[in-house]
Amino acid sequence: MVTPPPVTPRPVVPTRPASGGAAGGREGSTASITGTRRERRRTSLFAHGEPMVWVAGGSLCLALLMIAGLIVLVMSQGFASFWPGAITRAVLDDGTVVMGEITRVESVADAGAAEDPPQRRLLRTGNFEITQEHFRWVDDSEIASIETPEDAVLLERLAWGRFYGLPVAFEIDGGIVAEGPEAAWASFQQHHGEVRDRWDEARHLEHGEIGAVNAAIERRRLATRQVGLDSGFGSPEYAAAQGSFAKLDAEQQLIYDEIQGRVMALDAENDRYRLVLATATGHRTPIEVASVVRAVQPNALGTLGRAGVYVARWYEYLTGEPREANSEGGVFPAIFGTVLMTMIMTLFVVPFGVLAALYLREYAKQGVLVSAVRIAVNNLAGVPSIVFGVFGLGFFCSIIGASLDQVLFESSLPSPTFGTGGILWASLTLALLTLPVVIVATEEALAAVPNSMREGSYACGASKWQTIKRIVLPKAAPGIMTGVVLAIARGAGEVAPLMLVGAVKLAPELPFDTTAPFFHLERSFMHLGFHIYDLGFQSQNSEAAKPMVFTTTLLLIGIVVMLNIGAITIRTRLNKRFGNARI
Amino acid sequence: MTPPTQTPVASDATAPGPARLATPKPGASLGGDSNAPRSASVIDSIGRKEFVEPDIHDEMHAADAVLEIQDFCLHYGEAQALFNVSLTLPRHQVTALIGPSGCGKSTLLRSVNRLNDLIDSVTTSGDMRLEGDSIYGPAVDVIELRKRMGMVFQKPNPFPMSIFENVVYPLRIDGERNKAVLEEVCEQSLRAAALWNEAKDRLKDSALGLSGGQQQRLCIARAIAAEPEVLLMDEPCSALDPIATGRIEDLIDELRGSYSVLIVTHNMQQASRTSDFTAFLYRGYLIEAGPTQTIFTQPHRQETEDYITGRFG
Repeated sequence: MVTPPPVTPRPVVPTRPASGGAAGGREGSTASITGTRRERRRTSLFAHGEPMVWVAGGSLCLALLMIAGLIVLVMSQGFASFWPGAITRAVLDDGTVVMGEITRVESVADAGAAEDPPQRRLLRTGNFEITQEHFRWVDDSEIASIETPEDAVLLERLAWGRFYGLPVAFEIDGGIVAEGPEAAWASFQQHHGEVRDRWDEARHLEHGEIGAVNAAIERRRLATRQVGLDSGFGSPEYAAAQGSFAKLDAEQQLIYDEIQGRVMALDAENDRYRLVLATATGHRTPIEVASVVRAVQPNALGTLGRAGVYVARWYEYLTGEPREANSEGGVFPAIFGTVLMTMIMTLFVVPFGVLAALYLREYAKQGVLVSAVRIAVNNLAGVPSIVFGVFGLGFFCSIIGASLDQVLFESSLPSPTFGTGGILWASLTLALLTLPVVIVATEEALAAVPNSMREGSYACGASKWQTIKRIVLPKAAPGIMTGVVLAIARGAGEVAPLMLVGAVKLAPELPFDTTAPFFHLERSFMHLGFHIYDLGFQSQNSEAAKPMVFTTTLLLIGIVVMLNIGAITIRTRLNKRFGNARI
Repeated sequence: MTPPTQTPVASDATAPGPARLATPKPGASLGGDSNAPRSASVIDSIGRKEFVEPDIHDEMHAADAVLEIQDFCLHYGEAQALFNVSLTLPRHQVTALIGPSGCGKSTLLRSVNRLNDLIDSVTTSGDMRLEGDSIYGPAVDVIELRKRMGMVFQKPNPFPMSIFENVVYPLRIDGERNKAVLEEVCEQSLRAAALWNEAKDRLKDSALGLSGGQQQRLCIARAIAAEPEVLLMDEPCSALDPIATGRIEDLIDELRGSYSVLIVTHNMQQASRTSDFTAFLYRGYLIEAGPTQTIFTQPHRQETEDYITGRFG
């Protein structure tokens, strides 16, 4: 029997009994630690973990070096491509004369161990219509004399690429008005501006006003055809519509003729001016002033003057339209297409992704099925992007788009409106492609919201949706924005699926303009990623396109960085607002 | 100090107790007439999963009840966590739930506002009544029910929004938009939670920037903003330092008389300092409940005494 413990009033503060003899059951456990002490081994280098610091740090350094290397390469090549180089005139041993910009210098490979290996240089000689080549390799050994003539001129033209030559004369109406390099150059400078203004006006008339006339005729033609489709092509309504269409056509034809007359007058005026240049071989070539986009005498320019040309080229590149199979001119349509497509994609992917993740994490009963769905979504992120392109072509263009055409654009069939690649289908395809990224990021952000916050909200009497809307989503918003950043980076840089669903080499019109309904989501568009591919691998003049590849890559990286900075700024604001110091 | 001759509980397993223990008369254990075999038997009975009749003091029955727990059982899947718990919560008093870890204190507390509904595997039987209204009845609107109670959790859980929005959250979800009403409730609640002086100049700042003790007082302010009929507190001081704990305890003291508080605590001193009534749970069974003074000085049950003097648990 055990002695009953005394039940006399105890102090309110409880006391633990002395562990001495009272806790008999615990004695054995304390006795087992006695015995001789085991000899301790010295902590080894590996146990200290020092080598792991080096391995981990080294891996990080390697990764950073590769990224830095990529950025340095792209930036050095990309920024250099617009700098106007000197024009070199070289006389070779066999008497031929070549003139152009040196774009590359390299050692001849089979020179063996010679101390001063022979070199060769690549000259951009231009003048394709005369020489049938854009570039020419010249061995240093065959050069007899070399010089940089002061008044050598580089012309960037609308067609046929660059032209290198020496100004000889300036002609108006076939008559020489200025003779000699300086006088000819001065006359050219004097007339070039006004000629280019007229040229711009003529193109503006062609694109804007004639375009509007054509659009009006086309609209009316489709409306007439729709009448025919609705009430039969033999019906009196169709006959009436045809009659009014013929009337409108005649009216518009008058307007068209009037504008066309103005354009022709402008072009005829421009046609009077010609700059006569002598090529390296002395060939006299008259060049239409209107076809010259930019004329530079690089050898006569100082650093500041060259910087001016450099800036002007960048400006044209960023705001202009492409020409010369995309290897010259600007990439504005591609910038516009890339940004617009990424934004439409974001508009689609974010609500869908967030709602899907919300259901998976907050509403669905966690179990085998939800786990299977989650694994499937994760795997979707690993599907090759071209597969999404095929899906987009097969589903969006061929099924959805074709059905839309049947219902809404019957009159313009068989030429497709939505039934072919366009910016809307491209955006939707990329939204599908980036959906897993958003779902996974959102799910992780939702999982990171402490359950105690949800419980606190429920305990206040909030419903599930109120809790999600007021507590969970705001808390998870920065994490969701991280997913959006990743989706934008992925979507803006994707090319392969776009080739199937709407990105084209040269789009005649932007997907956004001033004619109603302003957004033309059915139109095909240009994309910087596809532009890089096109420049690098489809260009006729591959040597000239090479620096442009880097410049366009630089631009694409810049745009992705800018889109990301935008998203990160929003994320930082959200973080500040909800006091999450770091996510 | 306890005399060294005292032996641990349940050392004598040779005497099997009766399957169902009768409730001892109040005061029966006074004067040293309780004996060890009986105390061992209660533990043994629990070990054999036999029902143990709780010893509920008369004062508890006599009090005006705001909440009645009736024969409440709760299972987590197969495992039973609460066994036929019956308890009343006296109006405008502080009632403490004490017991060793895992004894079901928090489970019982979370059952009162049906937070356990969020766990899929939980099944319950029995009922609770808040002012006579069933809590577990089939037609109960859980959201309306929870609005009648406030709850403070073990760890401070302010919401990721401003201090002001935190306090008026219960009103916001009811769609209250009147700025004057919101501001008045905010000030009243923060004053009641003794946070007004510290927070009045930073109401628009994020609540996550407050210290742990301030956050917990903010949570109390939030819990009382909707003027609940019952205030549930789940170890509200366990994550706080002694100074913050002292402030929260003072606050509970001030809430007495206007709120009916049910508080779970691990801390005996806290239970003795802050509560009017104390209920002792052990392995899912309610062992004893009564006025705190009696429970801590003259408990009817041997297990209660052993627990509060720290001999097991």
